[in-house]
Formats: sequence, C-alpha cells, structure tokens
Amino acid sequence: MHALRLHACHDCDLLQREVPLALGGTARCPRCGAVLYRRKADGLDRTLAYSLGAAVLFLIANAFPIVGLEAAGHHSSTTLFGAVRQLYDDDMTSVAGLVFTTTILMPGLEIAALLYLLLPLKLGRVPRGLPAVFRLVHAVRPWGMVEVFLLGTLVALTKLAALASVVPGIALWSFGALMFLVAAAAASFDTHALWERVEEVR
Amino acid sequence: MTTMTAAQAGLMSCHACGLLHRPVGPAHDLVCTRCGAALHTRKPDSIKRTWALLIAAYILIIPANLLPVMISGSLFGSETDTIMSGVVFLWIDGSWPLAVILFIASIAVPFSKLLALTYLLVSVQRRSTLAPAQRTRLYRVLEFVGRWSMIDIYVAALLTALVQFGGLMSIRAGPGAIAFGAVVVLTMFAAETFDPRLIWDPVEASRGR
Repeated sequence: MHALRLHACHDCDLLQREVPLALGGTARCPRCGAVLYRRKADGLDRTLAYSLGAAVLFLIANAFPIVGLEAAGHHSSTTLFGAVRQLYDDDMTSVAGLVFTTTILMPGLEIAALLYLLLPLKLGRVPRGLPAVFRLVHAVRPWGMVEVFLLGTLVALTKLAALASVVPGIALWSFGALMFLVAAAAASFDTHALWERVEEVR
Repeated sequence: MTTMTAAQAGLMSCHACGLLHRPVGPAHDLVCTRCGAALHTRKPDSIKRTWALLIAAYILIIPANLLPVMISGSLFGSETDTIMSGVVFLWIDGSWPLAVILFIASIAVPFSKLLALTYLLVSVQRRSTLAPAQRTRLYRVLEFVGRWSMIDIYVAALLTALVQFGGLMSIRAGPGAIAFGAVVVLTMFAAETFDPRLIWDPVEASRGR
C-alpha cells in the first residue's frame, strides 16, 4: 500500500499515480495540463545558491539609489524606500504600503524564508518551525513583484528622459540581476526534494 | 483506465505541499500532517468570496480610470494624468513599444481579468460542462498576468520621489492610484480564492450519470 503514491492535480483534482521523473523532467496533468511537479538537477543546492546571491543583491538594491535626475541645476535621486517614504509623506499611505509590500517586504521574506529552510538542511539539521516557514514561502510568492517593478522603472525613466537627464544608479542594475535570481530560486525550488531531505535528516 | 478525482476517492490534497490525506472523522479543522496548512476538499466559500472581491473591483475600476494617477505641478500651473493619458503621452513621445506594454498592463489586463473571472464564476454556477480544459487554462493565465498591472503604480511612485524640484516642478501621486492599486490587489485575491477544481465537478457529475 505504501508503494502506491498518489497525486491529486491542484487545478482539476484528477487523481493520478506519482511517477519517478528523469532529471529536469516535468510531470503534467493529462487532463488539464497543469504542472504537477518537477525534478530539478542538484536538488536543493541550486535554490540555496540562487537565494544566497539574491540576498546579497537585495541588500545592494535597497541600500543604493535607483536613479538620479538632473534638471535645471537641481539634482535628485531616490532609493526604493525613499520612494515609499515620499508617497507616505504625500498622504498616499495605501499606495506606499502596496509598493513597500510588493517590492521590499515580500521579496525579502521569500529570500529569508528560503535561506532559513535550506541552509540548516544543507548542514544536516531541520530548522525549527519548518512547516510554518514552508507555508510562508508558498503564501508570499505571488506578492513579490521585482520584475514588474523593473518594468515600471523603465517606463518612468523613459518619461523622465523627456524633461531631464537621467542617471541610472547601482540599485537599478542590482534590481535587474535580482529579478533573475529570485525567478531562478523560485523555479528551481523542488518541494519534493525538500520533503525528502527533511526525512533523510530526521 | 477509469479516472477519478481525489474528492470522489474521499481524499484531500494539501494546497501548500501537495500531500494527499484520507480524512478520518469530521471533515473540518483538518490540517496537513506534513506542513500544517488547513485542508479543504474545495476552497471554502470559493464562489461567494470571489464574487465579493470581483464586485468590489468592478466598482473601483471606474475611479481608477477616471481620477488622475499623477498630478504634476510646475511654474505654469498643474496638470493631471489619468492612466489613459499616460499611455497617450508615451505613444506621442515616440516610445510606442512602452506605450503598448503600458496599455496592455494597465488597461487591457485589468478589464479582461474582470470579464474572464466573471465568465468563470457564471460558468461554474451554471454547472457548465463546456471546454473545462480551456477554462482551466484561462484561469492559469489570469493568475499569472494580474501582477503586471502594477507597473503604473511603480511609475507613479518613482516619479513622485524623483521629481521634487520645489515650485519649479513637482509630481505627486493622485487619488486614481489608490483605486487602481486596490483593483489590482482585489483581482489578485479574487483569482486566489477561485477554485479551478469547481470547473471540473459538473464534468464529473455528468459523467457519473
């Protein structure tokens, strides 16, 4: 009875036998086409590496100005948090909260939670509160919008170029790289491998 | 081979980690034995909750498009920009690829997301058995695409922070941005509370007869 592992499609509830996959393989639901699970090369190591890189870039991206602006002898520049502050000071509290949540809080939480799960597992320990942190990764993911923010920055720069000279800052490049690393960490995160690793370590 | 759903087999899958459970005893307050997430055969009150969020989004999309998202003041008075006028400005200013992206992200996506969710809800409530695989795919597109509407919010945020040259020129975010942000968040929650498995339940029921 234990040998028969079943899987229910999260989109159409079809019950199906779990099949072992080759490396890099993807299991799709035969009825609705949803991606059920994947098997990733190097298990969790790659996700850990991407997350570590993302953590470094996340700090740089938040510490430095995104863009500077020069117009008529005036100079201004802003960090991401500076933009949030400005919105807040302009009584746009909800918009400030939305920007803060989607570009700083949620991506930061996702990176921190992945590191919290994967670093101890790599070292052979099960982190405390692992189930809750796993659920946190799951809940936080749709709300991190680094890639959308980057496109927004591009549009803003284009608009500004018409009225002033624009100086891209260090944080802009960091955000560009962060976008790829966050996406890579998410795409390489193999939850099957995670639970198998937890069993091994226990 | 006969097919069967987890619900028909009396099983519940965890929405967070995917583990299948055979519930024993009363089917409420169950949690996943592996990751601790609450277990449900279908998302609770999915249709009612999705309708509530959707109707709120329908109402707010009106001020989101009519009120200014940006107010720019300069020596020569002040000017307001709605979402549409922002797109038009970009189009005229020569960067038409960005104008197209912005039009799709801020106007086409929010409206089609509302219509598509309405269609999904109505078809589920009428227990339609028409093209369930296509409707499931539509749902997955909705889930993925909604976040891109946030572009306009970020544009407003950056311009507000950067263009602060006192009386010479300054930009502030307008009330339209609040309504627009709310529409994006509400429709994202609506997509999250909708349960695509409801699309397949009438299909199963008609097959069983």
